[in-house]
Amino acid sequence: MSSSTADVTSALQEKFPNITARDSLDHQAINVPADEVLAVLQALRDEHAFDLLTDLTAIDWSEGSDPRFVVVYHLYSTTQHGYIRVATDCTGDEESPKAPSVTSLWAGADWHERETYDMFGITFEGHPDLRRILMWPGYPYHPLRKDFPLAGIETELPDPEIAAETGTPVIAAPMMGGPFVASTGEMNMTEAEPRAKDESWNESSEKPEA
Amino acid sequence: MATEFAYPDAAAKNATGEFETEKMSLSMGPSHPSTHGVLRIQMELDGEVVTKAEPVIGYLHRGDEKIAENMTYNQFVPYTDRLDYLAPLANNMAYAIAVERLANLEVPERCQAIRVITAELARISAHLLGLGAFGIDTGAWTVFMYSFTEREKLYKLFEELTGARFTTSYTRIGGVARDVPEGWNDRVVEFCDQFLPILEEILAMLTRNKIFMDRTVDVGAISKEDAIAYGLTGPNLRASGVPMDLRKDKPYSGYEKYDFDIPVGKNGDSYDRYLVRGEEMRQSVRIVKQAIKNFPEGDWYAKDAKKIFTPPKDKVMSSMEELINNFMIVTEGPQMPAGEVYFEAENPKGALGFYIVSKGGGVPYRMKIRAPSFCNLSILPKVCVGMMVSDVVSILGSLDFVMGECDR
Repeated sequence: MSSSTADVTSALQEKFPNITARDSLDHQAINVPADEVLAVLQALRDEHAFDLLTDLTAIDWSEGSDPRFVVVYHLYSTTQHGYIRVATDCTGDEESPKAPSVTSLWAGADWHERETYDMFGITFEGHPDLRRILMWPGYPYHPLRKDFPLAGIETELPDPEIAAETGTPVIAAPMMGGPFVASTGEMNMTEAEPRAKDESWNESSEKPEA
Repeated sequence: MATEFAYPDAAAKNATGEFETEKMSLSMGPSHPSTHGVLRIQMELDGEVVTKAEPVIGYLHRGDEKIAENMTYNQFVPYTDRLDYLAPLANNMAYAIAVERLANLEVPERCQAIRVITAELARISAHLLGLGAFGIDTGAWTVFMYSFTEREKLYKLFEELTGARFTTSYTRIGGVARDVPEGWNDRVVEFCDQFLPILEEILAMLTRNKIFMDRTVDVGAISKEDAIAYGLTGPNLRASGVPMDLRKDKPYSGYEKYDFDIPVGKNGDSYDRYLVRGEEMRQSVRIVKQAIKNFPEGDWYAKDAKKIFTPPKDKVMSSMEELINNFMIVTEGPQMPAGEVYFEAENPKGALGFYIVSKGGGVPYRMKIRAPSFCNLSILPKVCVGMMVSDVVSILGSLDFVMGECDR
């Protein structure tokens, strides 16, 4: 790694004393308080040549953790060829976590934040158009949260609005018993999907010792 | 672009003020030949000029990240095939290296060379499809026929190596599924030798083709600054003049040993994106040839990583320790330390990243897949505005995205 991106953490700490180093197995990584994220990312972009926001996502540390949701940014420098990971704890309560939007710094953050909102339910404050991107509008859950089961939860299907608009009723693809899906008889999906049933894979209970 | 119309006579010109006009909304896709999969673009048109274009994605969302949290590291390899399903071998490699970074494991040189060869062949195959489909989008059918003939030859090679033509699932954490068959390398060189003249022929059909140039030059130009702001990577970013290639900048799997050039565009338009891909295929052939010329002897998987790579089958059948080891890796998964890593590989479509958060054990706690097509598509609302509807087709073809990866 080149010299100018090498020791970013200590250079940043002079300006932002609340930054702490984050455990990482590869790139340099920092923890930043939510209210300073925008300023820190801007400094990284403008003063330390981390010009490309390559990834933006979140981690759910499961129900009851404090903090439960952490937003993680990965920046890359197209000139110095280095990565940096920036993590920030979400504010707000478990049901409605919040983080500042970085769309003002990178236009590309738009879709990343929409996806993170869709999957985790994190509200990015200041985002111009925060709505679902992968799931359909009106979908009631946030599937990448740890309390959402792998087998899924049967829900009403898209948008009654669209059905009304097009005059075409939307019929759900069968979750079981369809022409290409094995039937599970009387069970529902959560009981039938073996891995969803297996408590050892669940975050809320410890995996039993082998 | 010419905006003045030639009116048949002055009376007609004066009459325009009396017509009531309104903007038309047009939904292109989700199953439209030029959207290459299930992408829908909700457009607002003023005549034939696009005033707003809003991509609607998610039709192919399968929840790969959720699935990854619920299975062992090796079990997820087949799912990586289905990300960018035009270059499964490159995805396999990117995923395997990401997990190996987590385990702090370096695979032997022979394994690295095998992965480089397969990844570069996958790049050629992906670019051939991209080019063929782009040709069709702009009215040149012949290119597609030529490029698919070459892809078929590549599929034969993939089948011989991995047992599958399409969904290869070739890598394992700490190695590959099997060593290269005897004589396979020679057949790859044979392919490369006959491929180069055909590639020139394919490119010659487009590069100075008047119709193709009319459809692509100065169409969908993306500036350097925009490309970076939207997180574009791969050929699309390089076409805009940013020489970013992770194979050169952050070499992995021994890419630093090979001599190759990074083609960089100037205007960032559809035509430049085409030129960059064409040149990349030539460079890929160079890399493949070098890798085969200096093909290392030795192990093709990390022999010392006993808790990560399953022992050879004959040992499993004859020795108790190996049997137990095999059983543990298959049921519990390759054992990883706790921690987090982020690894990006230079895939045909751009930087494919895996962010893995581990709490230890054989299953990731969280795995985020950074899909290049997702980021590349996010610039669509910006580049399409002001273009004609037919230009949108050309832009889509030149961005060369895969919805399997975009929607995950």
